[in-house]
Amino acid sequence: MITIIDYGAGNIRSVLNAVARLGYTTKLVSTPQEVDEAEVLILPGVGAAGHIMESLKASKLDNAIRKYIAENRYFLGICIGMQILLGETEENGGKDCLNIVPGVVRKFNGGLKVPHMGWNQVKQRKSHPVFNGIPDETDFYFVHSYYAEPEDKTVIAGETIYGKPFCSAIIRDNMIATQFHPEKSGEPGLKIYDNFVKLATGKIL
Amino acid sequence: MLTKRIIPCLDVKAGRVVKGKSFVDLRDAGDPVELADFYYREGADELVFLDISASSEGRATMVEVVERISEKVFMPLTVGGGLRTIDNIRRMLLAGADKTSLNTAAVQNPHIISEGADKFGSQCIVVAIDARRVPGSKQPRWEVYTHGGQKPTELDAVEWAKKAVSLGAGEILLTSMDADGHQSGYDNELTRTISEAVNVPVIASGGAGTPQDLYNALLIGKADAVLAASILHYNNYTIKDIKEYLSQKGIPVRK
Repeated sequence: MITIIDYGAGNIRSVLNAVARLGYTTKLVSTPQEVDEAEVLILPGVGAAGHIMESLKASKLDNAIRKYIAENRYFLGICIGMQILLGETEENGGKDCLNIVPGVVRKFNGGLKVPHMGWNQVKQRKSHPVFNGIPDETDFYFVHSYYAEPEDKTVIAGETIYGKPFCSAIIRDNMIATQFHPEKSGEPGLKIYDNFVKLATGKIL
Repeated sequence: MLTKRIIPCLDVKAGRVVKGKSFVDLRDAGDPVELADFYYREGADELVFLDISASSEGRATMVEVVERISEKVFMPLTVGGGLRTIDNIRRMLLAGADKTSLNTAAVQNPHIISEGADKFGSQCIVVAIDARRVPGSKQPRWEVYTHGGQKPTELDAVEWAKKAVSLGAGEILLTSMDADGHQSGYDNELTRTISEAVNVPVIASGGAGTPQDLYNALLIGKADAVLAASILHYNNYTIKDIKEYLSQKGIPVRK
């Protein structure tokens, strides 16, 4: 059973479709208790980080997610679901985030078109089962205007170049997060979900 | 490096794909779900669906079509045509669309751009502009048309693009009405002018006949992506052919 957090925004459906396509059953949840009961947790994300943080705080999901990750249980955050793991974001005039991964989420600048929208290569900075069967520098689909800058560079699992290299994936213990959208990245994206679920359910080590 | 996107465009009427030549002479070209899956497997980077149904029944059908496509196809989907309200946008996003394209509604009520961007994020709000060259002007100028290219608005396309972006549009889908359907190349001057005037991605549309036309739109027109319909639908070229051509000429594309 794959638990997907529904905080009332975001394109939950495409994540559901991707996980369902792989043959896994899914459950949408929106309460701290349901997060606590999850075996495998996915936090999707489309929208504005500030709004999402407000929504998570209002439903007390913020602390539930902190606790879940602190217990080193399997977690996958996507796009904004990765950004809000950091300490703070410049989005929405500056907002505090979950501070599970210390660092700042910054806006792209320097004459670049924003959002960074389209397929771009992910340089794998860690060898990890979630990348099994995915060649280095595979293209994934991105759409975002802000990027994560973790203080601890050892958590950076993937890097992508847009103007300059930025952190496009984070892995720390059993917490995995991607700035790109695996559910929009064709077969390599589905492979990320498949690897993650197999890892979380003990089917690969 | 961010790759340039090749985006097949499927015009859908009452649940079936059709494509117009200069907005008339429609010809049926198949089932949208099958075509979406076909282009997904062929290596398209995104898909755009334009609902050209005039009726509310047609639009309800489109929601079902989007639902079925999003279960099979794991790449970005943009849906446009007939979206008038925030609720129309919400329905398409919930059905599985990633972006919604606004044209006539955005011109009539620009507030829908800012409201949509605020509610769903700028990345969900594409503003589609149908532009036609104003004949006889000394400096090149283009006028915005609405209602499927039927109605002139007196809006200047460049000014309108800038305004749409300032209101929160995350992308511009730019169609040259002069070039559309003729398969003799995009209006690269129009594309370049708009692409340089805004800081969001611009999709060039209208006029692709050969891979070189796409190359020119990306290089000369400075487009971030190219929309292609006839060049693909009638099997003149495959996406693979086009990407090989572009790659050999130094344009970054997803392989």
